[in-house]
Amino acid sequence: MAALAEDRAGSRGLGARRSGLATFLLVLYLVYSLLPLFWLVVSATKSNSDLFSSFGLWFGRQFDFPANLREVFTYDGGVYVRWLANTAVYAVTSAVGAAFLATLAGYALAKFEFPGRRVVFAIILGSIMVPQTALVIPIYLLLSKGHLINTPLAVILPSLVSPFGVYLMRVYAENSVPDELLNAARVDGAGELRIFRKVALRILAPGFATVLLFTFVATWNNYFLPLVVLSDPKFYPLTVGLASWNAQASANGGAQVLYTLVITGALVAIIPIIAAFLFLQRYWRSGLTFGSAR
Amino acid sequence: MPSTGVEEARGKPTGPRLKRTSEEPYGPGLGERRLRRFWQRIGIPYMFLFPFLLLFVLFLIVPLVYALQLSLFQQRLVGGNVFVGLHNYLTAFTDSNFLGGIRRMAVFGVVQIPVMIGLALAFALLLDGGLVWLRRTFRMAFFLPYAVPSVVAALMWGYLYGPSFGPLSEIGHNLHVAVPAFLSPSWMLVSIGNIVTWEYVGYNMIILFAALQAVPSELREAAAVDGASQWAIARRIKIPLIKPALLLTVVFSIIGTLQLFNEPQIMFAIAPTVIGNSYTPNLYAYNLAFTNQQYNYSAAISFTLGAVVFIGSYTFMLVTNRRKGF
Repeated sequence: MAALAEDRAGSRGLGARRSGLATFLLVLYLVYSLLPLFWLVVSATKSNSDLFSSFGLWFGRQFDFPANLREVFTYDGGVYVRWLANTAVYAVTSAVGAAFLATLAGYALAKFEFPGRRVVFAIILGSIMVPQTALVIPIYLLLSKGHLINTPLAVILPSLVSPFGVYLMRVYAENSVPDELLNAARVDGAGELRIFRKVALRILAPGFATVLLFTFVATWNNYFLPLVVLSDPKFYPLTVGLASWNAQASANGGAQVLYTLVITGALVAIIPIIAAFLFLQRYWRSGLTFGSAR
Repeated sequence: MPSTGVEEARGKPTGPRLKRTSEEPYGPGLGERRLRRFWQRIGIPYMFLFPFLLLFVLFLIVPLVYALQLSLFQQRLVGGNVFVGLHNYLTAFTDSNFLGGIRRMAVFGVVQIPVMIGLALAFALLLDGGLVWLRRTFRMAFFLPYAVPSVVAALMWGYLYGPSFGPLSEIGHNLHVAVPAFLSPSWMLVSIGNIVTWEYVGYNMIILFAALQAVPSELREAAAVDGASQWAIARRIKIPLIKPALLLTVVFSIIGTLQLFNEPQIMFAIAPTVIGNSYTPNLYAYNLAFTNQQYNYSAAISFTLGAVVFIGSYTFMLVTNRRKGF
């Protein structure tokens, strides 16, 4: 689908006359887009002294990337490795769980006619508008009462709820799973769970992957929720950990060693997520297309 | 109704497999059929919905109700937890910290959202229009910042803004150009606006680009044959047709702006006096709860903010829908 649309668009080739100015503007924005990332890569190769004495947008006198990397992974008893592992666990569990729950719910809302269907869907749709702000503080207080505060579950459980994922899966199931196919399976005597597992799930796989990717990115990048519900650094994800290093580095300007840690740590932290984006392009594009084509 | 159910059940001997039949206390008969029908119509769909709905209620509905309840109480030294009705809300509406934050976000949104969506739309149109060269590379590169966690984005820009060692001021010095003090009180909002723009132009561009791809090519070809310029085609055909997507991006941006938290919270580390504790309403709610332990008032603030977000995006949709009339 996506590839087809691409070809169609590519063959249009109208207005080539203007492409000089257009290209210039695009290149200008390209530089702006990539400049901070370029800075990050360059800075991660610098020694502490080079970081503050050499020009920011070019390599320094020394190439210290391996040393910086070692420092990141060993500083404070290797706490960064722990953060990396935490982030991976939180993101993978939340993404798989949320995508699975959203697929089940979206399928039910799209393919069954039952009392309460419209109300349930309307409430889920309305909740997309509920700002995280209004939720995080009460979630913190409720989790404290349930003795779940400062545990990995405090991050994972709230991340499993993806109303937008349910919305996407409902749209996807509606358009992709034919009723005739389900009815044929029913006539053959298959149970609903079996039909879902053997027939629907296979068709829903691309939608599932889209929700998976979105939740993965959202959890990997989440800051507000873990900042609030976690207090022990050994449970921190990368975002909260890096922010705490940065705050320390800024608080005592003398501890400059921390700056290289923050910078190299930030670079390492974004590599998996950028890789996920590059390799799974197809899925996020289809997700965004759904979202806008209400 | 029950009779048709019985007939249906008889007519379909190979009906759906049922799990609950063994729990049926009356044995096989009318009761069992009713239960079977009930299970098929209501049980099965809700079985699929149950896992999601359970967590949805626990982590969305319950917290929301709890926040509402919290916001109606006040913790007092004498008397403990006291019901105060709308007192916290009345306080919020006269609290200059809260109102200042809302006003700041309004100013921010009025400037930053049009800039961001304008850039996103311009790039989406450019990529969708004539320019074929490196289309995929541009799209990917523009989208890349969205993959970067906002925490890391704010960290990076924070260094780039640095007044003494930041590369931006370094370039300015060498070119003898006055570089603004990005982290000063008068520039901070612009600096945060730049970070947010950097993060989300690509994301919005992808949404708009996807919508543009769905515009039927016959329409533009017909217009082009009629001699319409690219600009006219964009303005008269493409933009009106992708209006739903355009509205979606604006609404998402309004929601995001009013909730701004990560970027100013990170900037606090490098410019504590500029950011303070109430730069944005969300930051204020956070500080009230976790620095001052004023959970009740904080709940009222975040609830009010939630309402403002809801009303803000809803009003925007109403206004734009009404203006549509052609």
